Amino acid sequence: MIAPAALLVLAIILPAAGVVLALAAGGRGAERVAMAVIAGGAAIALAIAGTLWSTGAPLSYIIGGWAPPLGIALRADGLSAFMLLTSALVIGAIGLFARATYVQPAGTPERRAPLVFWIMLMGVWTGLNAVWLAGDLFSLYVALELLTFSAVPLVSLEGKPETLAAALRYMLFALIGSILYLLGCALLYGGYGTLDIVLLSRLARPEPVVFVALALMTAGLAAKTALFPLHLWLPPAHAGAPAAASALLSALVVKGSFILMVRLWFDSLPGIAGDGAAQFMAALGSAAIIVGSVLALRQERLKLMIAYSTVAQIGYLFFLFPLAGAAGDWERLAWTGGIMQLVAHAVAKAAMFMAAGLIGEALGHDRIAGFAGLGRALPVVMFAFGLAGMSLMGLPPSGGFVAKAMLLTASIGEGQWWWAVVIMIGGLLAAGYMFRVLTPALAGGAAPVILAARISRPRQAIVLGLAICALLLGLMPLRPSALLEVGRTTQAAEVR
Amino acid sequence: MTPATLYGLCSAVLVGAGLYGALVNPQPLRKILALNLLGSGTFLLFGVIARRGAAAGLGGDPVPQAMVITGIVVAFSATALAVALLLRVYQETGRTTLEQPAPKDVV
Amino acid sequence: MSLALLADAALVLLVLGLAFWINAASRAFPAVVGYVAFGLLLALAWLRLSAGDVAMTEAAVGSGVTGAVLIAASVRLRSAETEAPPPALPLRLLALLLSGLVTAALAGLVLWTTGPAPSLADQAVQHLPGLGMGNAVTGVLIAYRALDTLLEKVVLLLALMGIWSLAKDRYWGGIPGPSRIQPTNGALILLARLLPPIGIVVAVYILWVGATDPGGAFQGGAILAAMWLLVMLAGLRDAPAISRPWVRLCVTVGPAAFIAVGLTGFALPNGFLSYPDSIAKPLIIAVESVLTLSIAVILGLLVAGPPERQP
Repeated sequence: MIAPAALLVLAIILPAAGVVLALAAGGRGAERVAMAVIAGGAAIALAIAGTLWSTGAPLSYIIGGWAPPLGIALRADGLSAFMLLTSALVIGAIGLFARATYVQPAGTPERRAPLVFWIMLMGVWTGLNAVWLAGDLFSLYVALELLTFSAVPLVSLEGKPETLAAALRYMLFALIGSILYLLGCALLYGGYGTLDIVLLSRLARPEPVVFVALALMTAGLAAKTALFPLHLWLPPAHAGAPAAASALLSALVVKGSFILMVRLWFDSLPGIAGDGAAQFMAALGSAAIIVGSVLALRQERLKLMIAYSTVAQIGYLFFLFPLAGAAGDWERLAWTGGIMQLVAHAVAKAAMFMAAGLIGEALGHDRIAGFAGLGRALPVVMFAFGLAGMSLMGLPPSGGFVAKAMLLTASIGEGQWWWAVVIMIGGLLAAGYMFRVLTPALAGGAAPVILAARISRPRQAIVLGLAICALLLGLMPLRPSALLEVGRTTQAAEVR
Repeated sequence: MTPATLYGLCSAVLVGAGLYGALVNPQPLRKILALNLLGSGTFLLFGVIARRGAAAGLGGDPVPQAMVITGIVVAFSATALAVALLLRVYQETGRTTLEQPAPKDVV
Repeated sequence: MSLALLADAALVLLVLGLAFWINAASRAFPAVVGYVAFGLLLALAWLRLSAGDVAMTEAAVGSGVTGAVLIAASVRLRSAETEAPPPALPLRLLALLLSGLVTAALAGLVLWTTGPAPSLADQAVQHLPGLGMGNAVTGVLIAYRALDTLLEKVVLLLALMGIWSLAKDRYWGGIPGPSRIQPTNGALILLARLLPPIGIVVAVYILWVGATDPGGAFQGGAILAAMWLLVMLAGLRDAPAISRPWVRLCVTVGPAAFIAVGLTGFALPNGFLSYPDSIAKPLIIAVESVLTLSIAVILGLLVAGPPERQP
């Protein structure tokens, strides 16, 4: 029997070992390893979340017996559990979906794309789980780099000139981001002699070194999260990647750097940034919502539209900073709402990108103008697309509705009604770009749609299943989640 | 002024120079070079902090030094990947810059 | 001002002068050459900061291997290098303001904090005997913060896969580089003549460190890679096809061994990535040796680039 805390190690090491094994095995081995890792990783995520749920206490594991500050601790709180489950669900769906695309036929020479895809899928998962669990800011830097190094090759997997350029641009943005983050780490270590999150939260005081570090790290992470106005790299990269990779990038990879920002603001350096800084972050988020949605409305291509919608949906996450700052009831609601927005967007956006991939395969193009009558030709895919869209618009009953309703309620409750206005406008704009796709597809043209390729039922089922998951998240009660608060209330109490 | 302070100021200027070059230089290869300057400045700051933490008979705190070693290896990997991407972009397009609108034809 | 400080000041001025040259040079190639020199001077700075392990890594990886990648790239891009217009003046001013602000803030902090910094040196040294080691930096890398080191190895593997992924499909499994290098390229031959003496000096230094404590072997991978590269770049040996089983074995065996040893720690009281007291030293040395091999091969292949020829 494995001790529950040891699961934190396995959550990171299993996909890491998968990377090594898949490269050693090569060829058909890579997919087999990935499937085993997906099954094992899901079990680990469930076991960790289950332990937190049943005990109501956070887990921690000290690597090699070397306690911080000298060593490194892994920690799982409610937020980690939510993120572990979300990544396991989304990666599982993407892995099953991608099996049809990244095939290595028996008895043929090893092919490039399948090997790279399966290895990078596990690389992303290693990085994500390390972000959710690492308790040390430098380990988190390595985790960020794991994400960058596995995400960039996914963008350029098809090797087309424009996706290569998009990958290079993404790489350059990501590098500036990680170096600025590392610079902040140096300052914090110089100030307090530790990068352990819990120790830092006890030591850090509002003084110049912390302000400079926080500013640099936030700027770097914002570039990696594609927060407006640092979003320019995202649309070409996420739209240019193959569908399964786009889903992974938009649903999960950008969330890694965001969660790191949350760890920094709320856990490592709580109460350091003033309300002005928090309002500024949310103002940038608002700009992202408006600009991203308007640009999404103007795209002619489905995948670019979805990518711009990611820019917009990321904006909502930044309402966490002004709304969830303190420990009151509204703040707790905002905390759950913000994280639910992240989870709902991850699930819905993955479903949407995969649906777009199937549409592109079936039609041979993804021009929105050519979608008339698509609802009849691809009913299941369009239905899944519409269900996922409900989350983006914030229509009940969907995960996106629950999240946005909680954020909206909290902003009014806290007297910050202006964010509520932005949330409403964002919902309307999302409805605009969703119906621009859905209306012609459902109304239908006179001529029947001719499909260039048939889409297998199981793949449609995977997309539909994920879209239904996004919908089911809407069954969550509109109150702070107990699981999400595991490990959080104690920290807030400690700080006060 | 101590040597540590001197190298600390050096790291501050390197960071600024690297950041400016990475933001302003239009050639990706030069951006990559500038990012390496930015990284070197960051590592040097770690080194200065390590030097100021000299104790227990060591010339510097080994923890930040070890972090720099990890960082240098990661920075090299990043340079290698970015350069390989740039070379492939050049092979495909014959250009060494990125100035082009967002892709129009993505399926 | 003492003589030593004067030397430091001169070194800093040289480093900064090269930094400005790297940014300002009109062509990429001279800027890259400036960067290699910059890295070597920086290695000196690291020695002045009493960080010998970092100095070695900087000289071998930061300057040497990185320089090899950049020089090869600048040579390949040289013919196509165009005068791209710099961004508009307001943007440049904004960038100047931003980077100036960052520099001012950092410089302010450096001058502000003068006393000794908080340090983990005591703790790091205190536990070294139990690990049977003498080098505290190695102790941090292989024991105290071993998880970072392990994940960094995965980063290296992903970077290698990332570079290989840039191969055209028809060359998958093939040989890196556009063609077998003939020993005719002037710049590379010059480099092949300049670098080995430095590489040998550093290698001797590492051997010397390795004699007194086991840590020296760890950075050896970078030096080995640099030497292998020099042989390849000078055209004496061709790069291997990436489908070769020994290539796959060499790049994965180190990380695999590290993970395996880490997992056996679960059977010990201190758990994952802990070493049993009695055999800590031989175990660490064994892991390090395999890692050294993998690091050397990975670094070499990272420089060699994606396959561009059929095997």
